Amino acid sequence: MKSILTESQLAITIKRLAHQILENNSELANTVLIGLQPRGIYLSDQLVDAIRKEFPGTQVHYGKLDITFYRDDIRKELHIANQTDIPFSIEGKRVVLIDDVLYTGRTIRAALDALLDFGRPEKVELCVLIDRRFSRQFPIQPDYVGKAIDSIVSQRVKVYWKKKDGREEVALLDY
Amino acid sequence: MQLSTRHLLGIKDLSPNDISLILQTAEQFKEVLQRPVKKVPSLRDIVVVNLFFENSTRTRISFELAEKRLSADTVNFTASASSVSKGETLLDTVNNILSMKVDMVVMRHSASGAPHFLAQHIPAAIINAGDGINEHPTQGLLDALSIKQATGGLEGKKVAIIGDIMHSRVALSNIYLLNKMGAKVTVCGPPTLIPKYIREALNVEVSYDLKETLEWCDVANVLRIQLERQNQVLFSSLREYNLAYGISRKLLDSLHKKIVIMHPGPINRGVELDSDVADSKQSIILQQVENGVAVRMAVLYLLSNSNNN
Repeated sequence: MKSILTESQLAITIKRLAHQILENNSELANTVLIGLQPRGIYLSDQLVDAIRKEFPGTQVHYGKLDITFYRDDIRKELHIANQTDIPFSIEGKRVVLIDDVLYTGRTIRAALDALLDFGRPEKVELCVLIDRRFSRQFPIQPDYVGKAIDSIVSQRVKVYWKKKDGREEVALLDY
Repeated sequence: MQLSTRHLLGIKDLSPNDISLILQTAEQFKEVLQRPVKKVPSLRDIVVVNLFFENSTRTRISFELAEKRLSADTVNFTASASSVSKGETLLDTVNNILSMKVDMVVMRHSASGAPHFLAQHIPAAIINAGDGINEHPTQGLLDALSIKQATGGLEGKKVAIIGDIMHSRVALSNIYLLNKMGAKVTVCGPPTLIPKYIREALNVEVSYDLKETLEWCDVANVLRIQLERQNQVLFSSLREYNLAYGISRKLLDSLHKKIVIMHPGPINRGVELDSDVADSKQSIILQQVENGVAVRMAVLYLLSNSNNN
């Protein structure tokens, strides 16, 4: 196991991502942040907290999206569906999709399909904590990247979150 | 992650884990039904046939909507308008349909055990939409989801099932399910409409006193008198049934607490339920119907891989 980001590095990275999102979306009223279930929401929770701290009193539209029913591997294996909660319209809004690790791009493909069932956004951006670059199976690229890493198929990137795993760290695991 | 069974023939065959998984998945589908586009692509490679050998409005429409909202292709079959009336057997009918590449079969039949028979002879996944006086598993599941949403859970909840227990597949599916999930069940009705050894056989309480039962329960699931399945006189008249076992506003108001009223439909107003009870805030009858689509979506989704495994 190799550590990619320690707890303190992770905190700095999340803060930077929040600032970069703010830089591109100065009109927060027109922007919605959407975390992807199940593990992207730990990142999106923290990003939204950081943005709210930066602009106290401003309303941040924040939702959670589950893509289980849009997966392209349903006939191979079924996954447990998690809660989707988008309590506002995304019509004409700028959407920032948030996930922990970008790898093949298949999850984001499904997320785009799912998202469009909620309306027609003006623009969709992608924010990821870890970009496993050069391993994409779809033409999908992130707009905000915490850290880009080189990895091979037999490796796994694991993001540990305090809320879920008791500690905060990003690690590269060999199998 | 998958169910422990390839078919949904009855609640009897499901484990508590299966039931939890279906209910949990149904809650996510309920959210899908609130979206601007109430549809997901999960079953776009699946063809479902709805075989209805017995009349139905709610269940048939509910299954068909569930299939369409999962993007499945659907074929409908009604016995009265088919070759069954020319003497074709059940197995021949189904095999002919399956040879046209159908993946799943939803079947309602007046003979108890018909879907179980089919499951032994055909490769497709079968969902029982009601078989005679045996089971109606998706009704049991949607009732459970409705109870969960109305009272916060199933464990320890007191549920009364009132009316024609003898001829009701809804009662049997509900009893199996509620027992597996740790709820307490009392069945209540005229002695002639309650099977003799139900207490020992199914682990339920039996009461012949409606008021006492309503005082005890959190939820009352009220059933229809199934005149079409009764070929002998089991009570003297519908009016007398209403006087002894019909739920009126006055009776509900005389209780010491507010209970939840459920009914699987179709209601015979003025027999088992008075209109001012059926249409009141205490009644969750229409929520049951709404939950029906989500529960059937969950069952179809979770069984759609049956042929691969």
